[in-house]
Amino acid sequence: MDEKKDILSLDKFSVKEINDLLEKTDSFAEILKRDVKKVPALRGKTIINLFFEPSTRTKVSFEIAAKRLSADLINFSESSSSLKKGESEIDTLKTINAMKVDLIIIRHSDSGYINYFADALPVPVINAGDGKHEHPTQALLDLYTIYKSFPGLTGLKIGIVGDILNSRVARSDIKLFKKMGMDVTVIAPSMLIPENFSFFDVKIAAGIDEVISEVDVLYMLRMQFERQDKKYYPSISEYNKFLSLDLPRFNMMKTGSIIMHPGPVNTGLEISSEVMEMEESGKGKIKINTQVTNGVAVRMAVLYYALS
Amino acid sequence: MREKATVLNADDIERIIKRISHEIVERNKGSENLIFIGIQKKGVPLAKRIKESIESISDSELKLGKLDISFYRDDVNEKIKSDVSITEIPFEIKGKDIILVDDVLFTGRTIRAALDAIMDFGRPQSIQLVVLIDRGHRELPIRADYVGKNLPTSLNEFVEVKLSETDDEDKVSICWI
Repeated sequence: MDEKKDILSLDKFSVKEINDLLEKTDSFAEILKRDVKKVPALRGKTIINLFFEPSTRTKVSFEIAAKRLSADLINFSESSSSLKKGESEIDTLKTINAMKVDLIIIRHSDSGYINYFADALPVPVINAGDGKHEHPTQALLDLYTIYKSFPGLTGLKIGIVGDILNSRVARSDIKLFKKMGMDVTVIAPSMLIPENFSFFDVKIAAGIDEVISEVDVLYMLRMQFERQDKKYYPSISEYNKFLSLDLPRFNMMKTGSIIMHPGPVNTGLEISSEVMEMEESGKGKIKINTQVTNGVAVRMAVLYYALS
Repeated sequence: MREKATVLNADDIERIIKRISHEIVERNKGSENLIFIGIQKKGVPLAKRIKESIESISDSELKLGKLDISFYRDDVNEKIKSDVSITEIPFEIKGKDIILVDDVLFTGRTIRAALDAIMDFGRPQSIQLVVLIDRGHRELPIRADYVGKNLPTSLNEFVEVKLSETDDEDKVSICWI
């Protein structure tokens, strides 16, 4: 029997495999443009969406992706389950598995815990975000969004701005972007950068003005107040001064460059309301909604891959 | 895979394209309502050749779509095929006469999947099937309307179609598996 195809991180994927996946994602994106947005590709497959931590867009995105491919998807969240009766998480997983499912999507608030679940389960597991650790499908949809604007990825300049410390998106993105040969700069004050960060081998800038006129892609991270056990940044005005994307900075960006954010945006903090209002009129520069749309196509490709 | 015999050379293929193009125009009493859809991969260049041939006969401009049937296959539980190509049908097919083109007609399962896929895009007036080679061994009640060459084969043979668009030459040969 073939080894099951877990997707816990993208570390094991080669550059060629990532390129193949990007190319194939076009075929799934095409389905979303049809009148009848459904194909029978995964008919008869059962998928569990198991979220131990709240989420709106990732959960719905996986749900829509599964349904577009005709799989049956069942949502399961911690608050309404037997976990409240004291059942352990691993026993919950084993119970679900005994119901003969084909794939399990898991989000968990503890970093790295999903690897343990994946080892314990005989079906493929997809990581939908674990703690501050990894968020592989977000990294893929980010890369796909960049690829649609800049098909040759090598050498692209990308600036990732904000809360690196608490962000699994940043971790997964940086690793993937580096793998694809992109030139990554992280823009954050030292208190928002993890201690062992030299591991990632990227350039660091303290303020957004150092890179704003050079980058092809400006990736704004969300301040993750829910993961911050203490106050990492002195004030909003201080944040605005060094890290926010406001209108003057927006106007300094290169022609053809794009702006991304994993959402939900704290408007007025990472991105000013004037810039956010330009989503429609901003000459296609702001890709935040495109990321969400691409997220469905990428997750369709990932589900199809994991079950093939 | 070992080649056993050449079945069609470049000239043969060119003559077949011309002949089928005329048959299509004859049967449809013109070409106004035609739309061409090639099945990925080899059906696409064949559909393009027939379309261009009919355009030159009837001095008209016709539409060409590409169809990948991976998502409609009926062997999902045995093995999902992960070699997916793009589908492009960026026009209305309702009420049109679709000329569906593939290289080899074998079990009929690809065509069954293609028919399902096309129906998801709309309700055409008719669908007519063109194949370069009909090698027999049907498993479903499907037949082609226009056949380049009927080629009786055994199940341990393989029909290899090479087209200059994707390979270095135009050639159909029969091989041992």
